[in-house]
Amino acid sequence: MAKKKFVVGCFDDEATLFPAVKKVRTAGYKIHDVYTPFAVHGLDHEMGLRETSLHTAGFIYGITGTTTALSFISWILTYDWPLNIGGKPHFALPAWIPIIFELTVLFAAVGMVLTFCYLCQLSPFIKKHHFHARATDDLFVMVIETTDKTNVEDLKAFLSNAGAVETDVQIAEEGWWLGRYDKDQVPFQNKIVAA
Amino acid sequence: MSSIKEQFEIPAKLKTWSYALIGVGLLALIVGFITKGRGTEEEQAVFIGTIMYNTIFWTLVTNASMFFICITTLAMGGWQQSFRRIPEAISTMVPIFGSITVVVLLYVVFSGNHHIYHWLDTNAVASDEILKGKSGFLNVKFFTIWTLLAVGLWSLLGWRMRQLSNEADVAAFNGETGPSFIWRNTVRAAMFTVWFALTVGSTVPWLWLMSLDAHWYSTMYSWYTFASSFVSGMSLIALWVIYMKNKGYLEYTNEEHLHDLGKFMFAFSIFWTYLWFSQYMLIWYSNQPEETLYFKHRVQGVYKGIFFLNLIINFICPLLILMKRSTKRNYTLVTFMAVLIIFGHWIDFYQMVMGSISKEHVTLGWLDFGILSLFVGLMILFVAKALAKKPLIVKYHPFLKESIIHHT
Repeated sequence: MAKKKFVVGCFDDEATLFPAVKKVRTAGYKIHDVYTPFAVHGLDHEMGLRETSLHTAGFIYGITGTTTALSFISWILTYDWPLNIGGKPHFALPAWIPIIFELTVLFAAVGMVLTFCYLCQLSPFIKKHHFHARATDDLFVMVIETTDKTNVEDLKAFLSNAGAVETDVQIAEEGWWLGRYDKDQVPFQNKIVAA
Repeated sequence: MSSIKEQFEIPAKLKTWSYALIGVGLLALIVGFITKGRGTEEEQAVFIGTIMYNTIFWTLVTNASMFFICITTLAMGGWQQSFRRIPEAISTMVPIFGSITVVVLLYVVFSGNHHIYHWLDTNAVASDEILKGKSGFLNVKFFTIWTLLAVGLWSLLGWRMRQLSNEADVAAFNGETGPSFIWRNTVRAAMFTVWFALTVGSTVPWLWLMSLDAHWYSTMYSWYTFASSFVSGMSLIALWVIYMKNKGYLEYTNEEHLHDLGKFMFAFSIFWTYLWFSQYMLIWYSNQPEETLYFKHRVQGVYKGIFFLNLIINFICPLLILMKRSTKRNYTLVTFMAVLIIFGHWIDFYQMVMGSISKEHVTLGWLDFGILSLFVGLMILFVAKALAKKPLIVKYHPFLKESIIHHT
């Protein structure tokens, strides 16, 4: 829960955002994140983010569901409580496939949603700093982490040069915290943006 | 545009290979005719059945290419435009393979070969309530007309679709001609798709394949056949795209497009399995003798190995290998999977047809692979020729840019 100093640059167009991201990265600055109103194709690639491992997690959850269903049904119907259903063999695999499939999907789906929320730090009672209110409306907000050596004014000028329509400096929590916005921090810190 | 290699020149190696494959195939055909084609009625049925499932398989697989163009057109898809000429070229095989199919099937029907189609036996039909009930559909006249219509209209409507795409080579469209071009594409694609649904999606597999077991029926059968041919068709498109990329063509096509082709291969492998299982489970569960007869010699008889090999190749392998994103973007792995899938569905067609014609013996052998090589050779040769006829890029297609910047 360390507070950090961030430089925030706001862009109003995808077309200026992409070259700006590239320029900022080649200049050696570290991008904390880019907040966009909608999913921007190829931005993750441009930012150099690594491939998400969410699908691997999903696969593991799915396999878990398959194994759970298969072992549980086969234990019940062949060992614990065998029943004669229409003269079928006790180990009636084809009849179980739909249930095994459903449990695979259920495990994979629920597991992936929860993992996704965890990776994005989304949860009830979890708070995160909002860098700009219009990031959910019409602005692409690029947040850059600074160190002691960063010349903030230089960086702001650099961002404006790259096409940012608005720049500022914020000191904020970089991760999440447990708590309430009204108590710990006003979400947008007096930044009532003029429309 | 100047640096784009628009014109495909057929490499000498490709010609040599295709001629060699065709030569092997013709040799197998002749030897097969001498050793089996003049033998007992059962042997003749095996000989003709072998040609039959190969020609039906390749007709449907190449026809799936035109279906791919039409559905992506109807869905206003743009991503396929950079390699659109590949499925177009593959679909030019429909008249060729279709004619072979028509000849083979009409020969079977008019020679009254009831070892292949039991419903051709008029004495049997007369004393059989089930066959009598089906005789309005399963009769020589309807079979002939519908087969000719099916192949004829696939060829005609596909040809019209290809003709339309020629306009995109000539001159740029403007605000007026562009939308009208897209609209005409939509109309022609819709016509093909409707006819495709009435044939491949329903009646043609019933007539050509399901009627091999004249008493049996399954409502899943046509979709099953369609899924089989479509997933092989997508694999074939992927193979040609990769081949052309290797030869330095299709500069606008990259792993983003390959990824989407891989998704089609993956998704329709799963779809095929879904139908395979739905058909199997319902029949297994209800356990009615008139329905289980189809699976009897496939699951418990000599075809057991092939039947389950089929499931492993066409379901387990694509599921585990094609699931990963990096696989679908890897040229080598997609090539491997495409070959595997086409082979797997060829095996599928093999057991669909020969499992009914030769219930007691698995006939898979040199003749099958020989005839396969004949069709593969023909396909390679004629698709390459069709590719060389037109520019590889639909230069002025309104959606081409969408394909160039395509991103998955």
